[in-house]
Amino acid sequence: MPYVSLILGRIGKAVIVLLAILVFNFFLIHAAPGDPAAVMAGEAGATDQQFLDDLRERFGLDQPLPVQLWRYMSGVMQLDFGYSYRQQMPVLDLILDRLPATLLLTGAAFVISLVFGILAGTLAAMRAKRPSGSIIMGLSLLFYATPLYWVAMMAVLVFSVMLDWLPAYGYSTVGAGYTGLAHVGDVAVHLILPALTLGLFFMAVYTRMTRTSMLSVSQQDFVKTARAKGLAPGVIQRRHILRNALLPIITLAGLQAGQMVGGAVLTETVFAWPGIGRLMYEALMQRDYNLLLGIFFFCALLVILFNMLTDVIYRLADPRIKEGVA
Amino acid sequence: MSFFRRFAQNRGALVGLIILALVVLLAVLAPFLYPDSPWRMVQRPFLAPGEMAGFPLGTDTMGRDVAAGLAHGAWVSLLIGLISTVVALAIGVPLGALAGYFGGKIDDALMRFTEFFQTIPNFALAIVLVAILQPSTTSIVAAIAIVSWPPVARLVRGEFLSLKHREYVEAARLVGQTHRDIILKQILPNTLSPVIVLASLMVATAILLESSLSFLGLGDPDTMSWGYMIGAARTVMRQAWWLSVIPGVAILLTVLALNLVGEGLDDALNPQLARQR
Amino acid sequence: MSQPLLRIERLALALPEGADRLYAVDNVSYDLNVGEILCVVGESGSGKSMTANAVMGLLPTGVHATKGRALFAGQDVLAMNEVSHRALRGRRIGMIFQEPMTALNPLMRVGEQIAEVFEAHGLLTSRERRERALALLEEVRLPDPATALRAYPFELSGGQRQRVMIAMALALEPELLIADEPTTALDVTTQAQILHLIKDLQARRGMAVMFITHDFGVVAEIADRVCVMREGRIVEMGSAREVLDNPQHEYTRALIEAIPGDAVPPSRDDSASAPLLSVKGLNKIYRSSGGWFQPKREVVALDGIDFVLGKGETLGIVGESGSGKSTLGRCIVGLNTPDSGEIRLNDVDLRALQGRELREHRRRIQMVFQDPYASLNPRIRVGMAIAQGPIANGVSKVKALEQARELLATVGLDASAAERYPHEFSGGQRQRIGIARALALDPQLIVADEAVSALDVSIQAQVLALLDRLKREFELSLLFITHDLRVAAQICDRLIVMQKGRIVEHGSATEIFLSPRHAYTRELLAAIPGRHGERESVAAAAGSA
Repeated sequence: MPYVSLILGRIGKAVIVLLAILVFNFFLIHAAPGDPAAVMAGEAGATDQQFLDDLRERFGLDQPLPVQLWRYMSGVMQLDFGYSYRQQMPVLDLILDRLPATLLLTGAAFVISLVFGILAGTLAAMRAKRPSGSIIMGLSLLFYATPLYWVAMMAVLVFSVMLDWLPAYGYSTVGAGYTGLAHVGDVAVHLILPALTLGLFFMAVYTRMTRTSMLSVSQQDFVKTARAKGLAPGVIQRRHILRNALLPIITLAGLQAGQMVGGAVLTETVFAWPGIGRLMYEALMQRDYNLLLGIFFFCALLVILFNMLTDVIYRLADPRIKEGVA
Repeated sequence: MSFFRRFAQNRGALVGLIILALVVLLAVLAPFLYPDSPWRMVQRPFLAPGEMAGFPLGTDTMGRDVAAGLAHGAWVSLLIGLISTVVALAIGVPLGALAGYFGGKIDDALMRFTEFFQTIPNFALAIVLVAILQPSTTSIVAAIAIVSWPPVARLVRGEFLSLKHREYVEAARLVGQTHRDIILKQILPNTLSPVIVLASLMVATAILLESSLSFLGLGDPDTMSWGYMIGAARTVMRQAWWLSVIPGVAILLTVLALNLVGEGLDDALNPQLARQR
Repeated sequence: MSQPLLRIERLALALPEGADRLYAVDNVSYDLNVGEILCVVGESGSGKSMTANAVMGLLPTGVHATKGRALFAGQDVLAMNEVSHRALRGRRIGMIFQEPMTALNPLMRVGEQIAEVFEAHGLLTSRERRERALALLEEVRLPDPATALRAYPFELSGGQRQRVMIAMALALEPELLIADEPTTALDVTTQAQILHLIKDLQARRGMAVMFITHDFGVVAEIADRVCVMREGRIVEMGSAREVLDNPQHEYTRALIEAIPGDAVPPSRDDSASAPLLSVKGLNKIYRSSGGWFQPKREVVALDGIDFVLGKGETLGIVGESGSGKSTLGRCIVGLNTPDSGEIRLNDVDLRALQGRELREHRRRIQMVFQDPYASLNPRIRVGMAIAQGPIANGVSKVKALEQARELLATVGLDASAAERYPHEFSGGQRQRIGIARALALDPQLIVADEAVSALDVSIQAQVLALLDRLKREFELSLLFITHDLRVAAQICDRLIVMQKGRIVEHGSATEIFLSPRHAYTRELLAAIPGRHGERESVAAAAGSA
């Protein structure tokens, strides 16, 4: 029973956050300089007065603010995120069309960063006093300090332009018409550079965190107990130190999800990866605010879902939580 | 002066401090070295570095002096990084202090609010804010501050939560000190060292954020920034790689330096290793 | 005489550079024979645990042996390589530690952690390991061992965790058990049970035990031989009887005298004085709100507390952890709010007052805290720390600082201490500063919550004497909260014994020590280590013969 109520509680909280984002979006449009109708239509393009008047009527911009807010919210409840006048398509369709590519990219980057980050962090903690440990930490600091989009550009420069090993742009080879396994392979080759560059920054984050966490756990009393048992150092590292050190990493991974979506905007822009990050860049370029806010809402939704997932994982990993001891 | 000695023991931190000093020097001297606007076309475009005397870093796609851009960009990066961090601290420290000190319903409400901002993907939020409020130095600073205060609030709250049950704080309550005095004189000074360390890392993150926004074309159209320079060079990467490499290295070095200094401060302010034993 | 199981020969352990002395232990030699319990006694910083850590190969980083040998069954463990040393750990030498709350891995089930000992030495199949783990939990008398096997450490109490630790240390029937302050973090009654258990297991298995402690009461309870250490050197060594009855070194004498053992508190003048504080029907229940959907938990901390404290009187409140004694003290000073009841000071109900009036009365009650390291703000000079109270109550800064210097002299510190920061003082000195701070507001009542528990015994005695002197000088009343009946006996006129939020017994200190009426009081008294030392060790001698 506590599980059911717990999950209900989490969902309730998520719904509140999403509603708050909608209210925020609504007021942001009204805070923008100029007429909301013009803002929605895209300020540069729609100068046709008739069109703007139609918009005003359609969105009830002559109505009082609370009524407008209500209309906006109930529209979203019915999955109506508005219409992109620039792309001549409903916002929802545009987003759903681009979502899979983003999920593939961020998912791959997430797995890469987590696996290699934890590995590198563990290694750096075990060799904290040796040169190899310092080298790992130096590299991770370097990646941590490098702008993501710049790493992406340098990767293109080196691996596509100079070495010509990997494709620089896109999701698959245009016009190649691969099917089946060949298509999968083609996408995988295109995925390598974007996923690696996006993962690199987060890998640096996890490396640093894992190392710090392991070093602090290794100071704890139960590690001394494990040594007093006569356990081999490898077993102590793995079973006692690493397992406990991973708990804060789970929380961190949840928090990093939001950053990962932001990183995807930059990576997809550089690699012309057809995901919602690239879509966001296009919306920016075209001042297509309706689309921009729709994407923003979807990003938040993704992050919230991911946070709920890490919450569940944390509960499975830490027996103390079940009893509410914390 | 054991603080400075501990800081200096970390060689990385010293190197960071030197790099940072050079960047600050460059930023401060920019208006004297390059009194003209960095947007002015001064030579033919695509001059490679060293190709012509007087333009050590060459010219960009529009024939603007890259060195001038770099110098003026340093000023913009540092300024925005610093101001937005100060604003974020001004939001986060009081919120965290009040939440941690008073606890209960106040804490609940403030932490829900903080959590809300922490859940929203922060770069996406910054993009939306700057795009809709129109790019300007003010909107960029506001956006960076808005996305970066939650960690400050959480850190300060955590410190307050643990410090408010310290016996010296309880003693201060017993002798009748006011809440204001207890917060400002008893607890706040003891939270400073982690906040200082966090702040130095926040300046670094803010510089990265600013450059990312400029890269996407969301920079202040009146100021030259490193991110803008890289963004503008993206389409000519094959012809003129140095146009994106030079400002990139500048960002990398500055952010790296700030992180190194932050680590040095952490070692110097929280000498845990010295205290254990 | 056969070869000793463990022989330490002129051992010296160097501390890392920058420490306050060169050696953790210097020129230490002793023997430990099969079937013998050796107590290594000393105060904090005496280096008493270091030798044991060296034998186990668990020295903290930076500390290393520079001289001497540590022969275990004839082999020098200091010269051993890591692999053969590891084969010894857990198998032939077991160890238990001070903090049972943190000594077990929080993410592993108890059974797995015990089974790990066999695994570490490649013994038994996993089924046999489980069976042995269960048998061990039975042997250390854990209630419901089958459930405990599947429990996580957080589901067990401190005493139960320490039993698990013992089970783990004994799993492979080691010849030597090293116990590093294993009962210090436990309540007295639990401490008595654990001591009994260790002694019992030692007798049955005939192992050697190195028992490290700061408490001569524990020594009287358990030791065959004693080794007293101070600042890294051995000051005295001999059989328990010799050392306890006829200590040669004055330091040993001071340590033993600091613990009254069988002493009965002197009967004091108990002529009734005018009441200063009266508490009536005080109740407090802690409720964990537990978020949106989580169930609430309730813990009764205070349940109908009534008592009266006279002017100039010292009243002790004694109880174990969870008895509600600290909550009571905190309610009286106003750090916690009781759910219901009356607290009257000079016949004014504090609970009915508000604002300025309340502050005016409250300042008459001040507190001395437990932890000398947490009770002073590290960033505020000592003089200012004392002057803050008067300043907050409207005294001018100059005058308050002047008074602070006088108070420092009163508590036996130099007036120049006012200019320095807390980290420059020792624990005992800080506790004196804390007392000066409490005195600054000219209180009528001082609540001392475990005020000497964190101090070494020799320092304890000094601080207690200071409190007693100040009480007379300033005509104070003292409410002395402690878990330690021995300490209470030294200073209190009357005692209140608390258990689970209730007062179970109330009377003069002499009455309670000589003729306790309540079963729980008798249990507490019986649990005081060393109190019935003679009978116990005679019985043990008969048992092992």
